[in-house]
Amino acid sequence: MDLIATTSLLPPRFAAWFHGRGWQVHDHQLAVLSAVQAGRSLLLIAPTGGGKTLAGFLPSLVELADADPKAKRTGIHTLYISPLKALTVDVARNLETPIAEMGLPIESETRTGDTPQNRRQRQRKHPPHILLTTPESLALLLSYSEAPEYFASLKTVIIDELHAIADTKRGQLLTLGLARLARLAPQCRFLGLSATVAAPERVAQHLNYGARPLDIIRGRDGAQPEIGILIPEARVPWSGRMALHAVPAIYDEIKRHKTTLVFVNTRAQAELVFQGLWRLNDDNLAIGLHHGSLAVEQRRKIEAAMARGALRAVVATSSLDLGIDWGDIDLVIQVGAPKGASRLLQRIGRANHRLDEPSRALLVPANRFEVLECKAAIEAALEKDLDEYPPRPYCLDVLAQHILCLACAGSVDPDALYLEVTSAAAYAALPREEFDRVFAFVRDGGYALKAYDRWKRLRQMPPENGKPGGWRAANMTVVRQYRMNVGTIVEAPMLKVRLGRGQALGEVEEWFVQGLLPGDTFMFAGRLLRFEGIREMSVVCSLAKSGEPKVPVYGGGRLPLTSGLADRVRAILEDRRQQTDLPHDVQEWLRLQRWRSVVPTRSRLLIESFPRGNKEFLVAYCFEGRIAHQTLGMLLTRRMERAGLKPLGFVATDYVLATWALGAPTQEQVERLLAEDMLGDDLEEWLEDSSMLRRSFRNVAVIAGLIERRHPGEEKNRRQITFNADLIYDVLRKHEPDHILLRATRQDAAWNLADVQRLGDFLKRVRGRIDLRRLDRVTPLAVPVLVTLGSEQVGNEAMDALLEQAAADLIAEATSGEPGQEAML
Amino acid sequence: MSRTINVSWHGTSLQLDLEGALYWPEERLLVAADLHLEKGTSFARSAGRLLPPYDSAQTVARLERLVAQYRPLRVVALGDSFHDRAGPARLDGAVAERIRALSDRVDWIWIHGNHDPLPPKQLGGRGAVEIAIGPLVFRHDAHREQPAGGGEVIGHYHPVASVSTRGRSFRRRCFAIGRDRLLLPAFGAYAGGLNVREAAIRSLLDSAARVALLGRDRLHLFPLAAVLPDATLPPFELLR
Repeated sequence: MDLIATTSLLPPRFAAWFHGRGWQVHDHQLAVLSAVQAGRSLLLIAPTGGGKTLAGFLPSLVELADADPKAKRTGIHTLYISPLKALTVDVARNLETPIAEMGLPIESETRTGDTPQNRRQRQRKHPPHILLTTPESLALLLSYSEAPEYFASLKTVIIDELHAIADTKRGQLLTLGLARLARLAPQCRFLGLSATVAAPERVAQHLNYGARPLDIIRGRDGAQPEIGILIPEARVPWSGRMALHAVPAIYDEIKRHKTTLVFVNTRAQAELVFQGLWRLNDDNLAIGLHHGSLAVEQRRKIEAAMARGALRAVVATSSLDLGIDWGDIDLVIQVGAPKGASRLLQRIGRANHRLDEPSRALLVPANRFEVLECKAAIEAALEKDLDEYPPRPYCLDVLAQHILCLACAGSVDPDALYLEVTSAAAYAALPREEFDRVFAFVRDGGYALKAYDRWKRLRQMPPENGKPGGWRAANMTVVRQYRMNVGTIVEAPMLKVRLGRGQALGEVEEWFVQGLLPGDTFMFAGRLLRFEGIREMSVVCSLAKSGEPKVPVYGGGRLPLTSGLADRVRAILEDRRQQTDLPHDVQEWLRLQRWRSVVPTRSRLLIESFPRGNKEFLVAYCFEGRIAHQTLGMLLTRRMERAGLKPLGFVATDYVLATWALGAPTQEQVERLLAEDMLGDDLEEWLEDSSMLRRSFRNVAVIAGLIERRHPGEEKNRRQITFNADLIYDVLRKHEPDHILLRATRQDAAWNLADVQRLGDFLKRVRGRIDLRRLDRVTPLAVPVLVTLGSEQVGNEAMDALLEQAAADLIAEATSGEPGQEAML
Repeated sequence: MSRTINVSWHGTSLQLDLEGALYWPEERLLVAADLHLEKGTSFARSAGRLLPPYDSAQTVARLERLVAQYRPLRVVALGDSFHDRAGPARLDGAVAERIRALSDRVDWIWIHGNHDPLPPKQLGGRGAVEIAIGPLVFRHDAHREQPAGGGEVIGHYHPVASVSTRGRSFRRRCFAIGRDRLLLPAFGAYAGGLNVREAAIRSLLDSAARVALLGRDRLHLFPLAAVLPDATLPPFELLR
């Protein structure tokens, strides 16, 4: 774009401001400005550091530059939505700079779950020009009766990190909200901001409501990043995921750089790495910790310190994956393999937010397989070979929540709402029949047995102009329930962690605490804590003096290896030329494997069979990711059971599935066991049996509003009862198996088993290409998985066996040499 | 596979059934506690939660199966048969008739509970505060004083037990068997549970007590001392 075009687009005040900051206006920033001014919606794809957020706000700032600050407003002009509260806060802070420096008469405010009640009320009465918020807070705003007025003058909606939520339930709730905004404010333009994605057109669809034209604008790519692998002292552990062996080397890197972001894959790993770094921290470097379980204030403190440049390093989980702009980070360290190329690029993008300078990153593999994976991830990242995910089908539980939201705000006409809902890309294929059944569920439960006519949640308004009246929330209880349970994130119940009677350090999942005995120690918030007991819904702890922690192993945050990376790992294993730059340890490991057995190849499936202890092990080198392997393990052990092989258990890693049993299968048996029909009846049956459907049902039931979300500490005051979702599931399944919530549950489970598709492709690929190798002992490649052994077990169906074993162990322990035990039985 | 275990208790021989009921063959007596019929509709009424309205039908169907299987002469519903006083009025007509058919076939006794102090008249059977047979007394809640030499069979507490084994934990309904007290699990489809390690239950049992946990296909005996407490506990009164 030439200078004249630039000046004409950008008001002088803005041009001067850019100039004064020593910045060049990016082409994509001007392209966004001109598209939005022409009334178009758009998706902006740009790497971090490309001034993406500013590009998003520029049209609004220009439009509002001449606003009369004294004019009475009833609604907002621009709505900014980000998936992360932290990001909202950060963007709000960054937005203050241009507003202040240009002296723009613009009010901008944040509104998230952390915003105090009085400020929320003020925002509703006196709307700011620009409101920065989250998908949940948007849903809440839409549930108020003044929503039509509040959003009537809305001109622009900016959705940040759109790629990160596009295929989630949160994203679906958001797009339903956007469809409503498009109806309340037909003039509104939708701006999506996204990192580079494999399928931009699909992401852009989520910005498309009605007939507004839609552009995809691409920012310039930044300089190619420099990514290396960090192998301390040339040693790589056999197994494990924590990579604690590398902490001293990571510390050295932190010392050598100005500011380092240390990304890890799980919260538990964050705690351990953080503690390890501080143990070495003789220089007293300012090293912080950031993960989703920490108390909000704690996280805000770290973010603020980071923004001030007061920290030398932060150990973080995905809680910092997304766009917070810190500018001065000169090194990103990824501890543990990154599991996907897109994720790696996203994280590397956190370093050095200047487009023309390369980001610098180091990957720290935790074990030998991860060395291969890191190498594969670097290749993929440099080739921009991004992970592609299948689109998520519409979720009926989210729809139910949205219907209730709108019925809280005012009267809902099902015909009009159906049109509105299907204008959202995710719901375009929703049949009217399913919509009606979800609507009926919201209204009166939608059961075949009409038991709830007296207690409908929606009541019908009187007819108008010969048309049947719309439906709205029947009473304030319904409205309150909606607002208490808004959102799609159903986490395990959380308990606050407190030091004595002092302030809360953060939260842990209830099930984790369940395994603790008073006196047990664990790492939390960077401290070694001693568990004292549970008091009033809090985990009361004291500071532990010393000793080995019993580490929290959080369920969340472990993504499976993507298929793209898996294929690259197989290629590296197959091609010895690609192995020459591998660390000596790893090369030696592969050499030993070739000597004792063979190395897996790309085109065939290697299965090793060997005895160990009194058991027969099978190790299958599938490389399909942990989740697919887990499903495979469930199904395979079922089939082994039927084949009389007496399976005892299995363990899955991202690379390998290992089972142990009393019998060893023959080649023909293995071929039969891994036949494609495994995904037919066996899968179906397992789904019905397993806890997978129960877990899905619990989530669906909470999101759809059948049962309450648990609010720890409130049970007491609100005399509300946590309903056991399992009991409800059993009853509903038995009496109305086709109820819409069960349909939603099955769809949910099928999606959560997305790796089933992957498994299907895998079974097809390896048909007739299975090499079963009978060996007399464990092989080098099998060692890592056997070290992990014992962490996963055969599914629910083995519950009785496990209980029996536990009982036997306990009884043996408790009664050894004691007669009369049988007297009571 | 056996769906029951036999317990010798105070000179009697009792069968604990996987469904959560107790059968005393010598007396041809079947006992089920805390049916909590119409708990589902009670939530619609009080909290606007529209749970699947099939819990009563399911609970009754399980009772029918047990009656068909054991052919008892007498059935004791050990109190809290309805979730609230207005429950009988909300009961679906067809389900009510099925209960009536059962109570016509056997000597049906509604023990009074705290949720339903009076027997539901239209359903047949007779009401009682407690019933004593031989060395055993059947009542809803425990008496503080124990008659010497006898055993007390009670409901009310909805015992569940948590067991953790090889990294997995299970929380299931259970019988709790002490020297002089036997606690039945809640039988109702929607009835919640209270961990047996809670003081409210533990104080009723001696240290050598056991629990019989309702597994998937069979029952499992554990010493009370070997099962786990819950991490968090809503107060007892909220659970029923």
